[in-house]
Amino acid sequence: MSSIELREVGKSFGELRAVDGLSLEAPAGAIVALLGPSGCGKTTTLRLIAGFERPDTGTISVGGRLLAGPDGFVAPERRRVGVVFQDYALFPHLDVAGNVAYALGRDPDPNRVRDVLELVGLDPVGGRAVHELSGGQQQRVALARALAPTPELILLDEPFSNLDAGLRERLREEVVAIIRAAGVTALFVTHDQAEALSIAETVAVMRAGRIEQVGTPEEIYSRPASPWVAGFLGDIEVVPGEAASGRVVCELGSMPAEQGVEGPVDVMIRPESVAVGLSGPQNAADAEVVGRRFYGHDQLIHLRLPSGHVVRSRRLGFPSWHEGDRVRAWIDGPTDVLPRA
Amino acid sequence: MLRSIGLTAAVTVSAIAIAVPLGWLTVRTDLPGRRTWTVAAALPLVIPSYIGAYAFLSAVGPEGLLAGMLSPLGIERLPSITGFPGAWLTLTLFTYPFVLLPVRATLRRSDPLLEEAALAMGRGEREVFRSIVLPQLVPAIGAGSLLVALYVLSDFGAVSIMRFDSFTTSIYTLYQASFDRTSAAALAALLVGLMGVLLWLEARTRRSEALYRSAPGAARRPRTVALGRWRAAALGFCGAVAFLALLLPVTVLVYWSTRSFAGEVDWSEVASAAANSLLASGLAALVAALCAIPVAVLVVRFRGSFSTSVERLSYTGHALPGIVVALALVFFGTRVAIGLYQTLAMLIFAFVVLFLPLAVGVTRASLLQVSPRVEEAARSLGRSPFEVLRTITGPLIASGVLAGGALVFLTAIKELPATLILAPIGFETLATEIWGATNVGFFERGAIPSLVLLAVSAGPLYLLSARE
Repeated sequence: MSSIELREVGKSFGELRAVDGLSLEAPAGAIVALLGPSGCGKTTTLRLIAGFERPDTGTISVGGRLLAGPDGFVAPERRRVGVVFQDYALFPHLDVAGNVAYALGRDPDPNRVRDVLELVGLDPVGGRAVHELSGGQQQRVALARALAPTPELILLDEPFSNLDAGLRERLREEVVAIIRAAGVTALFVTHDQAEALSIAETVAVMRAGRIEQVGTPEEIYSRPASPWVAGFLGDIEVVPGEAASGRVVCELGSMPAEQGVEGPVDVMIRPESVAVGLSGPQNAADAEVVGRRFYGHDQLIHLRLPSGHVVRSRRLGFPSWHEGDRVRAWIDGPTDVLPRA
Repeated sequence: MLRSIGLTAAVTVSAIAIAVPLGWLTVRTDLPGRRTWTVAAALPLVIPSYIGAYAFLSAVGPEGLLAGMLSPLGIERLPSITGFPGAWLTLTLFTYPFVLLPVRATLRRSDPLLEEAALAMGRGEREVFRSIVLPQLVPAIGAGSLLVALYVLSDFGAVSIMRFDSFTTSIYTLYQASFDRTSAAALAALLVGLMGVLLWLEARTRRSEALYRSAPGAARRPRTVALGRWRAAALGFCGAVAFLALLLPVTVLVYWSTRSFAGEVDWSEVASAAANSLLASGLAALVAALCAIPVAVLVVRFRGSFSTSVERLSYTGHALPGIVVALALVFFGTRVAIGLYQTLAMLIFAFVVLFLPLAVGVTRASLLQVSPRVEEAARSLGRSPFEVLRTITGPLIASGVLAGGALVFLTAIKELPATLILAPIGFETLATEIWGATNVGFFERGAIPSLVLLAVSAGPLYLLSARE
């Protein structure tokens, strides 16, 4: 049974179509990332699911229950959908335990409060004021508060964007573990590609109010559905090629073509799939190093191919290449072939 | 009408003349005891103009303190201070803080870089003040002096005690003298028109204010100018203002009240007036604070043309002089709601109309600090909108609502014309007691109610200042 089901959902603010006929489905227990650049409508989508906004068109169901559609609208307090806000939105006048207990209604069970605080790795007494807590701890309180009433679905809006880089990495792992332990379906909104790819089981890439592509992180990264998705997920090189009788040939080499693909194509190659060496396989291209950026554990080498086309290659930090070096370059990794638009 | 405009202009100019040097001295110089002067300079704001007028009149007026002291020396007549000079003096002394406060705020946040740049170009301190500091102060002075002008135009207590015929006293006399109140209404309409012009002017200066704000990130402390040999003169100036605006009125009040102890004090009358004052202002504060919550929620959370007009509507009361609102309610009471005329309910209604904006302003400010995300979080945790208001928003804005109520209380307890016109017959408050006493020349009788009024105001005042 699918836990989240959005069908043709639309929402406009005045002239702006924030969400434009969006459809998305995810099974119960899944961890889904809604990934897109800022202003693409991902936070609006989250607010529509939470019930803070009413959709103009389409239907929203969670756990098989219709929450919003042309015939009805369920108020946010009746949705059993937990929300973790970007700024956490903790209740400043209540202590840690008070924030969690608030989620449990008028007669909260103190044992449940303790259990949830323990689940997120906080002091089960919870007597501290929320403004005394660090950002990471506030994040945990927000998560505990959202999980306490055992919601059907938990929504997280840019949950890690307010934390500094080191803490972010660690907390991501922990939050995913907590969500798994709670067994709840989770949808989180992010603009950070690495975050979406590393913690979600399903990534939905969003652009201008619509879903561009849904898939596993691997699929999205190595087989992007459009040049835009490819570029949004990371550096990409587009090399022109020609498909004929089951093979694609481009300047950097050849690869098998999908059935039915013929004629001019675009071969999309991630820089880490471009290998560089003094000698290479037979179909490698001659190239000249025209630039280099050193980043410590890796380096980005700009290569000019005989056609004049410049591609980038990401390699480990050593050996180091220098401008003017004459090298060979070839494809060493997954590529994606799209018919030329 | 010309007299009123003349008084307004004179008071505004002299208030600026006092406030700008005072503001500069307390913010930007090495004046000794700056903090004390700052507090002392702002305090006259809480003294109602009619208490100030009463104190002056009883000190230097005919048959006043000074006259009493000088008569053994053979000086029988003092130059009279009633009329224009008295009204001018008292209103200036009790309204200049309206200019002082914005001037100080601007001086504090202005960017010292501008002045340093001018100094580096070889300009002297005086030249820098004239060419750099003063232009930055223009909007603050403009906004402040318009508040002063509005205050003077709508003031009733000070001018009536000083026997200066102004707009408001003419309206009151017309209202008292004739059964036909249309002439009073016509005059009131004229006054409202004049205030409308002033408000329009104020809105214009506000719009241009942004031009003068220093760039964000200019977090440096303002420069301090060494006074050098001007120090004594500066201290003398501050001292003179504090003496006239604060020390003199309070001393005079204390003097008269000790005098009245010697005679007979009708304590029961004072007590009943105080109780009436507390009752009327307290109820007004309560009602205004409660009404302010929905208005503020509407204005902050549901922005739209409807909510903006509700906000505007609640502000119009603020622009109207007490006497105009009172008069309007008399018409309403005698024609429409006859059962309500001359009841406590009508008086409280007038207070709420007049002072609701104060409560809305403070409540709105505290509501703006509550993130809508916090309310949404509570909704998603299974609470209805009303429940969220009760358990989350309410506790978070409570101190703001309380402060709004305190502000209404402070203002309502001072209000004179609305109380005079609308209070039920025989319902004497501290304000009407003071006014009545000075009107018949019994200075002793007004002193104790005045002190009680100042004392009663101290509580809410403390509540307000503790918030900052």
